Amino acid sequence: MLAREVLDELVKMLGSENVLTEQEDLLTYAYDATAAMKHHKPDVVVSPLSTEQVAEVVKIAIRYHVPIYPRGSGTNLSGGTIPTEGGIVLSMLNLNKILEVDQDNLTATVQPGVIIQTLNDEAAKLGLLYPPDPGTVTTATMGGSVSECSGGLRGLKYGVTKHYIMGLQLVLANGEIIRWGGKTVKNVTGYDLVALFTGAEGTLGIITEIIVKLIPAPEARKSILAVFDDVDKAGRAIAAIIRNKIIPATLEIMDNVTIQTVEHFVHAGLPLDAQAVLLCEVDGYKEVVEREAVLVEKILQEEGAVQVKIAKDDQERDLLWLARRSALPALAQKRPTTVLEDATVPRSKIPDMLKAIRRIAEKNNLQIATFGHAGDGNLHPTILTDERDLEEMKRVHLAVDEIFQVAISLGGTLSGEHGIGIAKMKYLDWEFGEAGVAVLRRIKEALDPSYILNPGKIVRRD
Amino acid sequence: MSVYNSLDSITEELHKCMKCGNCQAVCPIYKETHQEVGVARGKISLVEYILSGEMDMTEGMAERFSLCTTCMACNTNCPCGVRFDKIILAARAEAVRKKGLHAVKKIAFTALKMQRVFDFGMKAGSIFQGVALKHIPNRHSKLARMRVDIGIGTEKVFPMLSKKTLRSEFPEVIKVKNPKMRVGFFTGCMINYFYTDIGRAIIEVLTENDIEVVIPRFQACCGIPASVNGDVGSARTLAKRNLRAFERMGADALVVACSSGGTAWKHVFGELLENDPELKLLADKWAKKSYDISEFLIHQVPFKKEGLGRVARKVTYHDPCHLIRGQGISKEPREILRSIPGVELIEMKEAGRCCGMAGSFSLVHPDLSVQISDRKTSDIAQTHTDTVATGCPACRLQLQSGIENAGIDEEVLHTIQILAESYRAGKKERKGSN
Repeated sequence: MLAREVLDELVKMLGSENVLTEQEDLLTYAYDATAAMKHHKPDVVVSPLSTEQVAEVVKIAIRYHVPIYPRGSGTNLSGGTIPTEGGIVLSMLNLNKILEVDQDNLTATVQPGVIIQTLNDEAAKLGLLYPPDPGTVTTATMGGSVSECSGGLRGLKYGVTKHYIMGLQLVLANGEIIRWGGKTVKNVTGYDLVALFTGAEGTLGIITEIIVKLIPAPEARKSILAVFDDVDKAGRAIAAIIRNKIIPATLEIMDNVTIQTVEHFVHAGLPLDAQAVLLCEVDGYKEVVEREAVLVEKILQEEGAVQVKIAKDDQERDLLWLARRSALPALAQKRPTTVLEDATVPRSKIPDMLKAIRRIAEKNNLQIATFGHAGDGNLHPTILTDERDLEEMKRVHLAVDEIFQVAISLGGTLSGEHGIGIAKMKYLDWEFGEAGVAVLRRIKEALDPSYILNPGKIVRRD
Repeated sequence: MSVYNSLDSITEELHKCMKCGNCQAVCPIYKETHQEVGVARGKISLVEYILSGEMDMTEGMAERFSLCTTCMACNTNCPCGVRFDKIILAARAEAVRKKGLHAVKKIAFTALKMQRVFDFGMKAGSIFQGVALKHIPNRHSKLARMRVDIGIGTEKVFPMLSKKTLRSEFPEVIKVKNPKMRVGFFTGCMINYFYTDIGRAIIEVLTENDIEVVIPRFQACCGIPASVNGDVGSARTLAKRNLRAFERMGADALVVACSSGGTAWKHVFGELLENDPELKLLADKWAKKSYDISEFLIHQVPFKKEGLGRVARKVTYHDPCHLIRGQGISKEPREILRSIPGVELIEMKEAGRCCGMAGSFSLVHPDLSVQISDRKTSDIAQTHTDTVATGCPACRLQLQSGIENAGIDEEVLHTIQILAESYRAGKKERKGSN
């Protein structure tokens, strides 16, 4: 429980309408979108209206040694916003203004509570695009997606969130406010703190303003779907597309389990015995798109696709994408609990990874469907289970361990886009070794020596 | 097991929720409050805490469960197919079982059950409403505001109670020459007491299409205001009375011009009465032949296109939640509007987003209701139309209130009123050419 004085000071600072203290409200901040996580109820939820108020909240937290858990929409998949030690949940949702879209410098300046889609809608009015598009694009906040460095479907050609963050305003763990980076393309002044704070999951500082890079929206796009009777052939097709110097905006894959589930769910016309489906979209100038689409079609056929479909118009495009869009919903409806991982490997290792996941599923007698962003090696092995079945959950945890082992052994990483949070903290030394984990800890302690900011995430306190 | 009987009935529905938070993208309340408890995911968690025994059903819980317009937008945006409308109804019914009904609502729902008392009150109201309500000059309809704040603010604009109820204006059976069918008209309270102009338009259009109209005198409130607030007992009484009233008169089909009333006949009566074999049978029988008026005119009649006269209106259409999502009806009213010569249909942004009325929600949460309504009003203003059509009298009230307060010159009508206007114009045109 918090001391009465803490609540009083918070109310004095923010006004009672921006401070939640009743059990019925607090309980709804005890979780996020991560499956099968223990809930932790905060002691108070505050919604500041300015950077200065954020700084004041931090100062109160320091004075009374209370942890702060920054939170956007709570849609992350790593337990990153769960207030494991109670304390203050800092909701950034009232800081939700787009401050500027600068057409001359191709930047936008936003507050952290802006929803990604809202920024994209504004940019689209000027023919511009903010490329990162995680699955939660209509719900996740900019602050959250910068903190998690979220990825999405366009990673292969356009990169991920970190490639679009040019400047940040931050409140540090001592309550001071700093700005780093800005609207300049070039900036080598001092250490690159913008890069450090992007993907730091709110453990090093609290983001209160973000300058992002925008790009001209592509003029045209074209989608191609290919069906394979063999995972290796699909893998070779991915490599062949890239080798031919075509970089599609998206290149997605679905495995057999996903195909079967999706087909029963939406009847998109996919063969049930298909071992892999690739879905590719090229975008850019109309002429280039036409040429690349034909080329991709040819490559897919040469690499042994049993079926290749190219969308003639937007209606056909939507039809091709129906299967991919329905993948997670279809899988999620099969069993009550959906454990969605994001182990990532170099794209050349995709067939190996798919086969390894299938072995792991058989060995642990689990249903695992895999789909994901084949073009950038970021797969989503999705375990369909029921968290009420404790025996099965044991096997789920074993399988997750094995999936990470394989990913690392193939030269990959624990997390492509969901982040570490609580969920993957224990695996960090598999990837970095003890020395690497110690570096993380030294950085954390340099910036937040009292573990005020999002404690219990990424770095374990000794 | 129906959601009205036990909280356990929704256990599986709760387990489907994977807490992804997609409901945030479409929830009209969350958009205003930015608080997790406003959105489906938050309230689902609260129900889970109650079911697991970690929390009791407190007054505070009941209050949080009132934060839902039951617009069902989260249902359609949910990747896991969670029927949150069922969850919220079950939670509210449980709250009433454990904590009792809010005193004001108790009085209101009791009045609804006592038809004659209610009728008398409304009659008295139509005479004395000037005491509490201040008339607003408006060239389209009779509107008023509260003179004193009784807890719902004085901003809200209300239609004046009609001097004569719709049901007292017409005989129980309205005959036509060579009827092609006999249709029961469930008026609902708002059309009977306030918007009798909608009722008259329905009757006009039906008789124009050679349909005999039956308006059973003993029909009652649909009971939705009671059932969505967890007062299952009152809702059951009203369901029974309605079923018996229509069964006594008999009809080939039943039409409703109010989206809540439509949901009641199609779905809710059967769920409420599932433990009463005889009445359940009756509810199912009438559910099969219950239609929203636009659905009925398009698919069952189909309505006469010849004889439609010119109506010069620029119209935008607002989808009532319980019509578009509750009954899957959105094409039909648009098809009717497009068939009227002279009507130009201009779509507003997010026509299917809740207007914030939600029956008693707007009384319990007046500020929130107005905030939600303001977004709708601004979307309407951007269409630069002169008329808003909709399929529900409750939405009409809310839209009128928003438009009046924003000072926009726009008439709000039920779709069928415009159709009736067109038939009338047609007659005039024929007379003129003769």
